[in-house]
Amino acid sequence: MKKLFSKSFWIRNETLVAIVIIAFIIIASISDPRFLSMPTLTDLLRGGIVLGIFAVGVMVVLISGGIDVSFTAVAVFAMYTTTLFLVTFVPELSWYWAFGISMLIGAALGAINGIFIAWFGLPTLIVTLGTLSIYRGFLLTFVGSKLISNLPPDMRDFSRLMMFRNTNADGSFYSLPWAFAALVIVVIITWFILYRTTLGRSIFAIGGSIESARRIGINVRATQFFVYVYVGTLAGLAGIIYASMSRVANPFDLVGLELSVIAAVVLGGARLIGGYGTLTGTLLGVALIVIVRNSLIVIGIPSTWQSVAIGVLILVGTGLPAWQAKRAAARAS
Amino acid sequence: MDFVPENALVIMEGVTKNYDGVVALDNVDFTVSPGEAVCLVGENGSGKSTLIKILAGVEQATSGRITIGGKVYDTLSPRLSAAAGVMVIFQDFSLFPNLSVAENIAFSTQLGKNRRLFNKKHVYEIARKTLDRVGVDIDLGTIVETLPVAHKQLVAICRALASNARLIIMDEPTTALTEREVSILLDIIRRLKKDGVAVIFVSHKLAEVLEVSEKVVILRNGKKVAQGPASTFDAASLTRNMTGRDVAEASPRPIDPSAPVLLHVKDLHKEGAFENINFDLHEGEVLGVSGLLGSGRTPLAKALFGLVVPEKGMIKLGDKSIVLGDPLTAAAAGIGYVPEDRLTEGLFLTQSIVRNVSIGRLDNHQNAGLLNMKSLFRESGDWLKRLKVKTPDIGSPVTSLSGGNQQRVVLSRWLSRAPKVLILNGPSVGVDVGSKSEIHDIIHELALSGIGIIVISDDLPELLATCQRILVMKSGVITDEVSGKNITEDELARRMAS
Ligand SMILES: Nc1ncnc2c1ncn2[C@@H]1O[C@H](COP(=O)(O)OP(=O)(O)OP(=O)(O)O)[C@@H](O)[C@H]1O
Ligand SMILES: [Mg+2]
Repeated sequence: MKKLFSKSFWIRNETLVAIVIIAFIIIASISDPRFLSMPTLTDLLRGGIVLGIFAVGVMVVLISGGIDVSFTAVAVFAMYTTTLFLVTFVPELSWYWAFGISMLIGAALGAINGIFIAWFGLPTLIVTLGTLSIYRGFLLTFVGSKLISNLPPDMRDFSRLMMFRNTNADGSFYSLPWAFAALVIVVIITWFILYRTTLGRSIFAIGGSIESARRIGINVRATQFFVYVYVGTLAGLAGIIYASMSRVANPFDLVGLELSVIAAVVLGGARLIGGYGTLTGTLLGVALIVIVRNSLIVIGIPSTWQSVAIGVLILVGTGLPAWQAKRAAARAS
Repeated sequence: MDFVPENALVIMEGVTKNYDGVVALDNVDFTVSPGEAVCLVGENGSGKSTLIKILAGVEQATSGRITIGGKVYDTLSPRLSAAAGVMVIFQDFSLFPNLSVAENIAFSTQLGKNRRLFNKKHVYEIARKTLDRVGVDIDLGTIVETLPVAHKQLVAICRALASNARLIIMDEPTTALTEREVSILLDIIRRLKKDGVAVIFVSHKLAEVLEVSEKVVILRNGKKVAQGPASTFDAASLTRNMTGRDVAEASPRPIDPSAPVLLHVKDLHKEGAFENINFDLHEGEVLGVSGLLGSGRTPLAKALFGLVVPEKGMIKLGDKSIVLGDPLTAAAAGIGYVPEDRLTEGLFLTQSIVRNVSIGRLDNHQNAGLLNMKSLFRESGDWLKRLKVKTPDIGSPVTSLSGGNQQRVVLSRWLSRAPKVLILNGPSVGVDVGSKSEIHDIIHELALSGIGIIVISDDLPELLATCQRILVMKSGVITDEVSGKNITEDELARRMAS
């Protein structure tokens, strides 16, 4: 008991975010008793799939001491190009082909980021800001800018594959698509890489001190390159899931979502200076952002206040632990 | 090339290193044999760390030839060098602040074994064993960022010991350690030698140098100026070879009994750190505070500057009471504190040297909200000159300085603020012997201008050279007060330990 509720437990971002989520749920279910129900839960889980996959990728980048803002452009590029290719040439291909192609395109675009960052040593924000706009511009100019609404049938069917579907006592229908499993798999693989491989520990190490990492012989270039390829691959996956779930491939979608995703990750305790970040925190951060987006209206706050609410959460959620840590550090003798 | 022993482990021949324009190493020959401890001494910026970085594969030599274990290397990389059995304790520790003690210790070993999977149990085992070997007890799961400096340094030492190295290089491994830990380290070095491990040891504490090493190599301005068996050198001849001159220590000015009290500390108490602290500091006085690790000297120093919050007591500067536990008001009232941990904290490494000094003086060079950069930089430049920071250009980044010169930059920053009371925690950590006495001269000058100075140190010669009065602390209480004039080093050491 004592250990569970130690001082450091209380000042962790995870704890704070979890408390806010619980508080939100309590308030919401008081103002609307129907809030606490399976349909709400499955809505949240469904809403968290794409955001969650993005967030896991961004978290890995933040841990390595970098930042990536191009992942939404990577996602939309991969998703749209894949869909266009499929509908034009091989519409009867299975959904896993679509996934594979999209992830490959994502990996390739991530590799371009990785080359600039790991080999030319350019600042990560600058590189990814640049490629964000290049990837998007390239997509709209050379690939296409028209909405594709006749998705390949197997891609459309994928989003209809349900893990379960059911009807509530009050007649409301709920279900959870298999796409959710993709998030779960991504989380498990990422956990394994980060905590069970030397590569993962190297990602933490270069985020802690890139110079120290070089000095003890960590292959900093390869590690950074991997990180950007990985986040690109996840972006490709998130993109194709997004298209399949929304049943259209819209080249104007997704871009603009970067900041919400980074916000979710930072809320979960990852530090922009690198070296810190946990999967639990990131997923909680995503949950909070999704809840705020989907259900602010339930507790009577107009949806126009959404971004204000998210901003306040970021300030409090990241500011409080930082402030407490600073005080603790100053007082330690 | 001078005589090379047949069994030499490392042979460096004619090694030169240029950093655009600066010749850090100039045609240096250097050898180490198995089981031999070689001590590398020289002033700040003489090229010691550069030589080490080249051996470690962190920097590439501009020219020269390196042979390790009979194999000639055209270029070394950290991996190659580690594979050849070279392990380094870097001057700035080069740890990962965000990782646990255990991982920091075991990381190089894991890389060396080319392990792809990370096994926490295994890592903890390696770390546990190494810590036991060094005889210190640090919690393995603690994040390194939160450790005190001495422990960080111990972790850095353990990391080098964790794998079976053939050569261990220690770049000033004792700067943050107290006597007990230093003697443990010296013991470890002796044991390593017995096992046939070679050791290269860099230190400005000349007594340590002579105690453990067989051979001494002296660098000056990147050139090797002397080498020979340790037994043929003593502290004075080492200093002469390093600096090219004899260094005389001035002794502190006699205390002026009529000087008014500047800082008045009454009944200061913090549970578990110090208790019942009472003393006065006069204008122009240099007061020493000494004691072993855990004696409470550092918490007391921090409490005076508000970094540690005492439960009771009073601090008065002049006739004004200072709010306890608030560094901002302490600084505003005119108290300055130079921390012990200067190399890993307190520097903006990628910023220019002059900016790092002037950062504390922005207020004083403002005119109608605009900064007068010229006068700001001129003043900072003056301080850098006074402390003899060795650099061709004060506009270059701090990272281009040698370790000792980085220390001086932090010192310049605090000195330029001209506080009323200046607390110096380890004023000359990592500074070479020649410049040490220059820093002591500056302390004397500042005191002469009326500043009250508190010197916290366990460097006894330093205390005796600077302080008129020395307070000795033991387990949190002041046990003794001695006048610096009529006490010998041995007597002071005895009183600290007893
Ligand atoms: N990255 C760099 N860029 C430019 N100059 C450098 C760089 N690193 C070191 N130098 C210069 O090389 C010289 C030798 O530095 P080095 O760090 O080897 O000194 P040192 O003998 O270790 O001194 P200290 O006792 O202060 O640690 C110094 O003049 C330093 O300014
Ligand atoms: Mg050095």
